[in-house]
Amino acid sequence: MPPPEPSNRPVISLQGVSKRFGTRDAVKDLDLEVPSGVCYGLLGPNGAGKTTTLRMIYGVTRPSAGRVRVFGIDVCREPRAVRARLGVTLQENVQIESLDAAANLKVFGRYHLIREPELSRRVEALIDLLELRSHEDVPVVALSGGYRRRLAIAMSLMNEPELLVLDEPTTGLDPAVRLALWSRVRELRAGGTSVLITTHYMDEAERLCDRVTIMSGGRAVSEGAPRELVARHVAPEVVEFNCSPEEERILFGDDDSARRLRAGPRLVVYTRGATRLAERIRAHDGGDQRSLVIRPSNLEDVFLATTGARLEGAP
Amino acid sequence: MYGRTWKSNLLPHFFEPVFYLTAIGIGVGSYITEMGGMSYAAFLAPGLVCVAAMNGASFEATYNFFVRLNFEKAYDAMLTAPLEPDDVLVGEILWAVTRATIYGGAFYAVTALFGLAPLPQSILALAVVPLAGLLFAAMGITFSLQIERIDLFSFYFTLFLTPLFLFSGVFFPLEERLSRGWLLVAEILPLVHPVRLARAAFQADPSPTAIWDVAYLVGGSAALLLWSRRVVARRLTQ
Repeated sequence: MPPPEPSNRPVISLQGVSKRFGTRDAVKDLDLEVPSGVCYGLLGPNGAGKTTTLRMIYGVTRPSAGRVRVFGIDVCREPRAVRARLGVTLQENVQIESLDAAANLKVFGRYHLIREPELSRRVEALIDLLELRSHEDVPVVALSGGYRRRLAIAMSLMNEPELLVLDEPTTGLDPAVRLALWSRVRELRAGGTSVLITTHYMDEAERLCDRVTIMSGGRAVSEGAPRELVARHVAPEVVEFNCSPEEERILFGDDDSARRLRAGPRLVVYTRGATRLAERIRAHDGGDQRSLVIRPSNLEDVFLATTGARLEGAP
Repeated sequence: MYGRTWKSNLLPHFFEPVFYLTAIGIGVGSYITEMGGMSYAAFLAPGLVCVAAMNGASFEATYNFFVRLNFEKAYDAMLTAPLEPDDVLVGEILWAVTRATIYGGAFYAVTALFGLAPLPQSILALAVVPLAGLLFAAMGITFSLQIERIDLFSFYFTLFLTPLFLFSGVFFPLEERLSRGWLLVAEILPLVHPVRLARAAFQADPSPTAIWDVAYLVGGSAALLLWSRRVVARRLTQ
């Protein structure tokens, strides 16, 4: 018998994990440690390797190198044992469209070999938890995107998982539905479920995640709590305004102390002295004053700074 | 293994052999005094039982399997539960065989009602139905895994299943029409074997070739499924 797990053991641990598809490295030498009981975010642009990483975590994709442990179990050796204890909400809603929510939940519960009467008990509980009661008799094909997403999350909770994996949970949903889903995720986390979430919405990560890893090109480029990352990677304030490259040269000269990012006519400046910079721009403008945005820096700025992404889409 | 609740349209494909039996067996058959030593409808009946099984398995293992694999991503969702690609394949095969058995069994009941299935010996033909279903499920899945576009199934149905249907001894006894060489060639055709087995059951006329027929059904299915198993695992775990 293995010794009982200490409670501070990470729920997910990746060591030197790589995945090659032909000649392309989807994930390269990735280390990742997700503590138990937190909401953890994997951030990155499309094609950063987030979904491949998730698939390796729930044991469907096998890593080309390295080791993936979930609940302390080697996923490659015992994928069923791992998947019995976690739930996954895929990017796309995969549901049987001619059936209603309860029937879909029952089918998925049977994949977990849950039997009656427990099966019906869990279905009823999840219909209440995700507020699907008002639409319980509607076939999935007639449900709106928000309800289908809620059903997808309910399906991944059928086995009462210790770890919930959410792949881009709110892509394409309206703001009210996003808020509702976020609060469900917070409730689950408060109830002791660990959550791993991928997203390219930085506001989502900032509001939901205790810790995040930013991925780019299959590698982890930065790891930490969102606030910590902002403090580590970018100046605390941001000034955004429209200006030509000529004006930029006049305003900044050889001054490289403030990091600047250009997207077409828009210039984004990261600085410690936003007020001073604003005064300099006002002085340059004289009477005719352009519009300026001054805001605190956020995870999106960290993302742009660390992934080296250019807003214009140039490589 | 796992519950399947897709509501499939079972009825239309079931009626197809019924129409053949009525139109050709009773319609055309009234101009034919006898075929293979019996009324034409009685000659057709066991072959059409196998055709019903072939159709049942084929639709499930081709279009439906292809759509679930490539469009609905149903298997990706299943693999987030404690299921493995082998379970998915076994489930698909079982369902295709079940559907073949429902079709073949229902059609057998029709032939019995028409008085075309001599009892009790013809009941043995019901054992042939799932075997035929297994082989055509395996062939359909193998083909589905080879193609990239769904429109290529028309080749499978028009250029493969239709000739099988017409030239596998369902409508006329091959041994009375083909030379010895061509008869050996005809042994390659998959539908020949269940048809011969079913007809032997209907006539209570066992022959040693039955062993070869069963071996063909089982061996052919096994070979195709071993290959499919590797491909399905590779496709689903990329």
